[in-house]
Amino acid sequence: MARHVIALMSGLLFGAGLAYSGMSDPARVQAFLDIAGNWDPTLAFVMGGAILPMAIAWVFQKRMAQPVACDTFDLPGTSKIDSKLAIGAVLFGAGWGIGGLCPGPAIADLALATGPALVFVVAMLAGMIVHRFAKI
Amino acid sequence: MLPGFPQAMPVEGLIGGILIGVSAAIMLLGLGRIAGVSGMAARATGIADTGAPRGIAIAFIIGLPLGAALVAFFNGPVAVSFPASPLPLVIGGLLVGFGTRMGSGCTSGHGVCGLSRLSRRSLAATAMFMGSGLATVGVMRAAGIL
Repeated sequence: MARHVIALMSGLLFGAGLAYSGMSDPARVQAFLDIAGNWDPTLAFVMGGAILPMAIAWVFQKRMAQPVACDTFDLPGTSKIDSKLAIGAVLFGAGWGIGGLCPGPAIADLALATGPALVFVVAMLAGMIVHRFAKI
Repeated sequence: MLPGFPQAMPVEGLIGGILIGVSAAIMLLGLGRIAGVSGMAARATGIADTGAPRGIAIAFIIGLPLGAALVAFFNGPVAVSFPASPLPLVIGGLLVGFGTRMGSGCTSGHGVCGLSRLSRRSLAATAMFMGSGLATVGVMRAAGIL
């Protein structure tokens, strides 16, 4: 139960941060990627602001034997760079540019612009299912 | 206000970014996991068999729209403008879903969590999805569909 509350709090703060920073607006995100147009650098400030507390958190993580509410850290590796990573990232980036949405803002927007956000989220889940059955 | 970029929101961006970073820090130090939205979404829906315990993923994913709704409630309406046609939403969504699973992460997992960890893998992924996003929007502008 405590773990679920922590996860909910984490998601809540994440969604609040997205909405407050303007990142829940697909047009603003797309404008960050539109350097030849009316470029909007806001996303860079959001990234910088997010990386700061997280960099500190990693320093603490290295000194902790286990997380506060669980028995072990379950973290991905940091070194493997292969074609799967590259092709996946390039496809994701293309979709991000076309819709102006990545997974976080899309799901947060279910509360702010339910109809269009739902269209994107359903398509996104469909893409995930296609990947699962494509087995790559 | 940022000189030269009247539409930019540097202060709100930084504050909102810090909220996101604190959120990811809570997930890391509290539950020992990466706050990666694509992975959590795949896990919450049961599309992925491995990853966070399902209840954790569901709680995190439910928090996202709740947090956005709280900002709208206490801070006033949040501006969101979506593409007018559903076509870019469908194509974009399919590519984002497929690509984030294949590339094991999105802006949160690779971008926020990976970059702050100085992960080579995440740095490579972030450079590639940023580059791809910039190129895609560049092509859209050149083609006159932006």
